[in-house]
Amino acid sequence: MSERYAKMFSALAAKGEAAFIPFVVLGDPHPQLSMGILECLVESGADALELGIPFSDPVADGPTIQAADVRALAAGMKPSMAWELIAGLRDRGHDLPVGLLVYANLVEGPGRDRFYEAAREAGVDSVLVADAPTLEAKPYVLSACRHSIEPVLIAAPNTPRRHLETIARWSGGYTYVVTRTGVTGVEREADFRHQGLLESLQDFCAPPPVVGFGISTPEHVRAAVSAGAKGVIAGSAVVRRIEGNLGQKEKMFQELGRFVAAMKEATRPSPLRGDGAVARGHGAGAPR
Amino acid sequence: MRFPYPYPHFCIFFSDGRNDDHLLVRSIPEPGGRGYFGEWRILSMGVGGGACEESFMRQSGRFGEFGGVFVPQILVPALEELEAAFLDLREDLVFHDELDELLANYAGRPTPLYRCRNLGAGTGTTLYLKREDLLHGGAHKTNQVLAQALLAKRLGKKRVIAETGAGQHGVATAMAGALMGLETRIYMGAKDRERQKPNVQRMELMGAEVVAVQAGTATLKEAINEALRDWAGSFESTHYLLGTVAGPHPYPLMVREFQRVIGREAREQILRAEERLPGAVIACVGGGSNAMGIFTDFVGDPGVRLIGVEPAGRGLESGLDGATLGRGAIGIIHGSRSYVLQDPEGQIRESHSLSAGLDYPGVGPEHAHLKSIGRAEYVSVTDAEAVDAFFRLSREEGILPALESAHALAWALKAMEAGALPHLVIVNLSGRGDKDLEQILRYRGESREGGGHE
Repeated sequence: MSERYAKMFSALAAKGEAAFIPFVVLGDPHPQLSMGILECLVESGADALELGIPFSDPVADGPTIQAADVRALAAGMKPSMAWELIAGLRDRGHDLPVGLLVYANLVEGPGRDRFYEAAREAGVDSVLVADAPTLEAKPYVLSACRHSIEPVLIAAPNTPRRHLETIARWSGGYTYVVTRTGVTGVEREADFRHQGLLESLQDFCAPPPVVGFGISTPEHVRAAVSAGAKGVIAGSAVVRRIEGNLGQKEKMFQELGRFVAAMKEATRPSPLRGDGAVARGHGAGAPR
Repeated sequence: MRFPYPYPHFCIFFSDGRNDDHLLVRSIPEPGGRGYFGEWRILSMGVGGGACEESFMRQSGRFGEFGGVFVPQILVPALEELEAAFLDLREDLVFHDELDELLANYAGRPTPLYRCRNLGAGTGTTLYLKREDLLHGGAHKTNQVLAQALLAKRLGKKRVIAETGAGQHGVATAMAGALMGLETRIYMGAKDRERQKPNVQRMELMGAEVVAVQAGTATLKEAINEALRDWAGSFESTHYLLGTVAGPHPYPLMVREFQRVIGREAREQILRAEERLPGAVIACVGGGSNAMGIFTDFVGDPGVRLIGVEPAGRGLESGLDGATLGRGAIGIIHGSRSYVLQDPEGQIRESHSLSAGLDYPGVGPEHAHLKSIGRAEYVSVTDAEAVDAFFRLSREEGILPALESAHALAWALKAMEAGALPHLVIVNLSGRGDKDLEQILRYRGESREGGGHE
C-alpha cells in the first residue's frame, strides 16, 4: 500500500492542520494544459490531488464538472493520457498523494485489474469509483488491494450504520464524506452538521474523513474542519476558475493559485481563536 | 405443458434487515391465479416491514451476471426504500385491487389480441398483434406508470420525475401525475423534444413540466442522467418513475413485473383463439420494457421463440445504429451492468435511430441475460425497413403503429415472407403512431427526393 496518505495526515496533524485537496478533470480544458494546472495546484499549497478521468455520462456530477468532462473529451482526452500525466507529475518530483475519481465503466473498459495496474504504474495512490456504492464495491476494492491502490468509498449523511461499517473496513487512504444530498457543485453548500456521521466513522475506525461536495469558500473549509474533518475537497469551485479563464492561461493560473492558497490557509489553526483546527469533540458519541 | 420459470435468480434470499432471517421465495406457476403477481409465493413467513432504519437490499438485483445497483452511495437508501415498498406491495391485496381497477377502467385493459386480416396472407404464417397501442396514453407505458404512481403515493412522495425518449413514458407519467395529484417533471433530450412535439404538448396539457436536456447527445441517455441527478438531491420528497426495465435494481425487476400483464393476457388470448401457443413472440427493444412485458410469461414455454428487434438506424455497417445487444459490449450504464454501445475505453457511444423511443445506447439487464443463456434472440431492422412496415400496416390493416413498434413488425414481415417464421406469430404492437406522423412523412419525402429506398 502507498504510504503517502498516512504520511500526509501525520505531518499535517503535527502542525495542527487539515488537508486541502483540489479536484480537477484531467484534460480540461485540453490535455496540453493539464500538467501546468496540476503543478499550479501543487505549488499553491495543495496537500493532495483528486483527479477525474472524463466520462461521457457523469451522473454524480453537477453542471460545472459535467462541462469540464465535455471540454476534456472534446479536446481528445483519453484514459491512457491520464496515466502519462500522473507519471509525468511523479517524474517532476511531486510526491503528494494523488487520488482518482472515475466511473465504473471506465474501470470495466480495459478490465478492472488492468485499470488498477495502470493506475499503480502511473503513481496513483487511491481510486474512488463514483457509481460503485458499498453494494457493488467489493470487486473494485479487491482489485485495488491486489495492486496496492487505496480504495476510497463515499459515506453520505443518509448512509445506514451497517454500510458505514463496510465503508470503514474497506476504505483506504481516506474516507470521502459527503455531507449533503445531490450531485457535485457549488449550487448547494455543504451541510456542516455532520459530527454524527464523523463519529460513527470514527467508531468503526475508518480512515481520516475528508469532506467534499459543496465546499467553495474558506468559511466552508473552516466549518468542515472544526466539525472534525481531516481534510476537504473542492471540485466545482476549482473547475470554475478554469472554465472562467479559457484561453487566458496566465490569468487562469493566477486565479487557481490564489484560490488554492486561500483554501489551504483556512485549514490552518486560527490564530484569533487559538484553537486547534483539528480539535474534535470527544466522547463515544451515541449511535444514531 | 408449462415448465417452471427457468431462472436461477428466482430463488431469492430475503432478509428483514434486523436479524438476518433468511426466507426462500420461489416462482411457482399459478394457473388461473389473479392479481398481477400471482406467480410469487412466500415459502416461509416473516417478511420484514418497510422502512426500518438499518434497511438494506433484500435482493441482489442480478439477472445472471447482469443488473446491480451502480449508483452514487447517496441514492442507495432511496433504492432500498423503493425495493422494500415494491416487495411488500406485491403481497398487498388492496394495492392490487386499486391497480386492477385503474388498469381496467382508466387504461382499458385487457387490450385485444388482433388477428391480421390482410398482412401475412399467403405466407403460411398467421400474424397476431397485441394491441397495446389501444391502451390509454397510446402505448404500453401506462401499465407500469399507474403501478409506480400508486407506489409513490404509498411512499408518501409528493412529486414524481421521469425521463422520456419518444415522449410516451412522459405522457403516461403526466397522466398519472394529473390523476393522482403528484407534481410532475419530465426530463427530455432537446433533440427528442424537437422530434416528438405532439407528445410535449400532451404532457404540458396534463400539467407536467417538460425540461429540455441540452447536454451531450440531447436524447434519452442524457434525460436519464439528468433525472438521476435530480433524484440524488430530491429523493426524500420525490419518486423517480423510471420508464423501462433498465436502471439500478429494483427497476428492471419492478418494471418487468408491472408490464408482464401484456404477456399474461396474450398467452391466454392466443390459447383461447388458436388452442395452441405461438411459434414466436416478437417485440421491439430500446430499453426493453414492452419486450420483457410480453416475453416473461412465455419464457417457460420452450417451444416459443422470443425475438427482440433493435434499431439498426441507417444500417449496422454505418455505425449509426442503436443495436445495443447486437453491436455493444458488456459495460455499466445508468445503474446496471448490461450491454452498452461504447468505445474500447468505456466512453458511451451515441446511438442512432429514427425512432426516439429506441434511440438508447443501453438495454435492460434481463435482455442481456436472456441473450447470454440463449433464451431470446436479438435482431435488428433499419429506419427504412421500419418506415416501410409503418406504411404497410397503415394501408393493409388501417392501423398506424408507433415507429418503435414498426421495427418489430418490419422484422416479422420480412421473416414471414422469407418463410422463416412458424405458423403462428404474435407481434407486440407497443404503441400507436400519431406522434410519428410528421417525422415519417418528412423522412419519406427526403428519401424519395434522394432516390431513396422505394
